[in-house]
Amino acid sequence: MNIDGIQNGYVIDHIRAGKAMTIYRYLGLDKLDCSVAIIKNAKSRRMGRKDIIKIDELIDIDLDVLGYIDPDVTVNVIRENALAEKKHLTLPEHVMAVIRCKNPRCITQVEQEITHEFVLTDKERGVYRCIYCETAHKNDDRADF
Amino acid sequence: MRHMLDIADWSIEELQWLMDTADDIIAKPEDYANAMVRKKLASLFYEPSTRTRLSFEAAMLELGGSVLGFSEASSSSASKGESVSDTVRTVSCYADIIAMRHPKEGAPTVAARYSSVPIVNAGDGGHNHPTQTLADLLTIRREKGRLQNLVIGFCGDLQFGRTVHSLLTAMSRYQGVKFVLISPEELRIPAYLRENMLKAQVPFSEVQKLEDVIKSLDILYMTRVQRERFFNEADYVRLKDSYILDKQKLALAHSQLTVLHPLPRVNEISQSVDSDPRACYFKQVLYGKFMREALILKLLEAKA
Repeated sequence: MNIDGIQNGYVIDHIRAGKAMTIYRYLGLDKLDCSVAIIKNAKSRRMGRKDIIKIDELIDIDLDVLGYIDPDVTVNVIRENALAEKKHLTLPEHVMAVIRCKNPRCITQVEQEITHEFVLTDKERGVYRCIYCETAHKNDDRADF
Repeated sequence: MRHMLDIADWSIEELQWLMDTADDIIAKPEDYANAMVRKKLASLFYEPSTRTRLSFEAAMLELGGSVLGFSEASSSSASKGESVSDTVRTVSCYADIIAMRHPKEGAPTVAARYSSVPIVNAGDGGHNHPTQTLADLLTIRREKGRLQNLVIGFCGDLQFGRTVHSLLTAMSRYQGVKFVLISPEELRIPAYLRENMLKAQVPFSEVQKLEDVIKSLDILYMTRVQRERFFNEADYVRLKDSYILDKQKLALAHSQLTVLHPLPRVNEISQSVDSDPRACYFKQVLYGKFMREALILKLLEAKA
């Protein structure tokens, strides 16, 4: 794969430096057969340093997961060697199976098959709350990642 | 289908309907004696309870219905590892409405996802206890004649006291209500409730000594420092006697104070206070039954 250009796929840009592997894991990119390039610590005028991921196929990307991990990333959609769309992400209102509730008294701690679900309750501060016990999880501490 | 999982899911108008209906049941119980004939309430109590379970059962019996259920997890298939969802799907086949108490927070929310009948949260861990709040609201309205313009003090374990969380959420919606939160540093209200009050611009203050503020209160809501909510026995022993209401402290309050407590108490209200006309905690018990009757009527009517 020539990492300078892809025919049909994505360029996930403006990833905070050091976060590329987290996104790689959470999007399940290790399971893809197509080419995936990770560029770490690229120079950026806006960010100083940034990571970039290039995916050489138009796969389904869970933008909610991506938005939760790093709402500042840009997803460039490439079709026929040209930029077809530029997606700017925001914090998702609702995330499933992304954050794990850490409250030992929550029902999710004893019933393993319940999907951990969180809703965004404070957009400014990036606070999510478990839909079962209302325990807070702050987006910027992202200990899970 | 409606459930009663969190008091915040119910509008002020709906709560008013429940209180009006409870008042009507108190005035004319015979009118409601056959309202739930051939209907069954299942009380699924995974945790011990005296008042809440018996109150639900008495409420259903007084409406002409019948009851079934279990009063501890060890006498149900939960002891074999059955999930809440499977238990609820099973019990939905036998009963028209389910009241559930569970030590884990959010268990009734899980139940509501799988149940084909209304679920009532009868207490989930240290999280919520909305039907105790129904009892509290009716008691306040009957004692004070209003739910607005009140100074309400919550005293004791405000971190794990689920009845405090539910009542505070409910009362935050009434105009002119101020809260005085009296607790040790370690047992202050959870951050999410503080955030909610700040967001809704509800006035509140947090203090550590009951004596300093008791004179300013219209309502004093005492709570038990609950042993089962602590992970550390030493912490429990250190804090359990922090906030005890006795005659000396009550003498500092004004004559129109209403003292409430969700019960059971350990020693946080001295028995010498029971004969004081300001002590209303046994009225709460009685009113709780009528509010549960009103709730059963509402939930099953809504279903029909």
